[in-house]
Amino acid sequence: MDAAITVSGLVVDRGRRRVLHGLGFAVPPGQVTGLLGPSGSGKTTLMRTLVGVQQVRSGEVTVLGEPAGSPGLRARVGYVTQAPSVYADLTVRENARYFASLYGLTSREADAAVADVGLTGAAGQLVNDLSGGQRGRVSLACALVGGPEVLVLDEPTVGLDPVLRVELWELFHALARAGTTLVVSSHVMDEAARCDRLLLLRDGDLLAHSTPAQLRADGRSPDLEEAFLTLVRAREEVAA
Amino acid sequence: MTAARERRSTIHVSPRLTAATAGRVLRQLRHDHRTIAMLLVLPSLLLGLLYLLWKDVPTLPGQASVFDRVGLTMLGIFPFVVMFLVTSIAMLRERTSGTLERLLTTPLARLDLLLGYGLAFGLAAASQALVTVGIATTVYGLDVTGSIALVVLIAVADAVLGVALGLLASAFARTEFQAVQFMPVIVLPQFFLCGLLVPVDRMDGWLQAISNVLPLTYAVEALQEVGWSATATATMWTDVAVVAGAAVLALALAAATLRRRTS
Repeated sequence: MDAAITVSGLVVDRGRRRVLHGLGFAVPPGQVTGLLGPSGSGKTTLMRTLVGVQQVRSGEVTVLGEPAGSPGLRARVGYVTQAPSVYADLTVRENARYFASLYGLTSREADAAVADVGLTGAAGQLVNDLSGGQRGRVSLACALVGGPEVLVLDEPTVGLDPVLRVELWELFHALARAGTTLVVSSHVMDEAARCDRLLLLRDGDLLAHSTPAQLRADGRSPDLEEAFLTLVRAREEVAA
Repeated sequence: MTAARERRSTIHVSPRLTAATAGRVLRQLRHDHRTIAMLLVLPSLLLGLLYLLWKDVPTLPGQASVFDRVGLTMLGIFPFVVMFLVTSIAMLRERTSGTLERLLTTPLARLDLLLGYGLAFGLAAASQALVTVGIATTVYGLDVTGSIALVVLIAVADAVLGVALGLLASAFARTEFQAVQFMPVIVLPQFFLCGLLVPVDRMDGWLQAISNVLPLTYAVEALQEVGWSATATATMWTDVAVVAGAAVLALALAAATLRRRTS
């Protein structure tokens, strides 16, 4: 099966600083790919590139067979930014309905998306009056509503209680089973175990592109965090 | 790719998406009761202040009273100033909250967004103008020779101009502090030179030249035409066209400042 996302030789500069140093990888369709790495490793920049809002120095990024950010992709790719990007002065339902209308969909699909993120009970509340975790879920609903084929999620589970986190990961896997390609970033390694595939990013370099099982084998540890550290040290020894 | 999907993904203006965006902006406004109250009532109260200020000033026979002249002009200036401020803040919020970046990843075209704002605040301005003109002509006895409907039309055109310039100005502001300071930069010179404080033909040549390229000058002239003529004059229609043209130009420039890809 063709890759949903192909990246080759991707270089991105922000200001004078080089943020991504020639990344190359492919993301298979219908899977949850985790983008893991510490804060400042370039995760958000890479995700912005995938949805076509990041200026790129060089390299190629192809999503669903088209260059990232092509007009044809805008109804097929969903993006959830790290900070919830919804209208705080609208209710949950009004936010979902507005974004639904941008994809040519009705309030029925909007209400379904609100239900998917477990916010039906708060649908009539202003986003301003919600907790941080709830706001994040409103933001997610506004991306789910379009039924995107590729869903790019920047740290969607930050600040959520463990029960909700598990529920969201179940939702991500349900979407993947239905054919959606998900790219989910996180800076906590315990979420890596929930992904089908992993991209490990550090200082703008791709440290590893594998599966959780493979990473455990390569890093010689059942603990993914430990395995990650082993890989980092091995890389630094090679460099030294 | 299905036909529906292709249609959705076109980058051209879509009346449906423009209307959806205008509806969203109006819903945001609806949740903000104090802003609605201020939008509707404030211009009438300020006009009342001017009415009381000149109530007892004698008028020369055959001339319009000071209040008739200034009050009528203010009916065009209020919507321009208010909508400029409201829009530049609204658009700045859209930029800083991340919703703009998100919208740019959806099928919404940049012009859909800008026209949506223009439509929403244009409607808000129409309600404001109806209230203000209604109170001015009944309570304050403002005397207008021409049609009241034309006064409302010009007020809405001024409001749309304010919206368009506000959208453009917000592109040059990084913070709210900067955004509000664009008000004196963009609005006050136009107010000083629009012909209300000193008639344009009595200004120095170089000031006249500047006045003639500022759109508010035409808005004020249009209102003055309605003030003395019972029927719509050709000058008035030209003035309205200039104001509308300036608004379209500002919207086009604002669209050019909305970059999909940023560094």
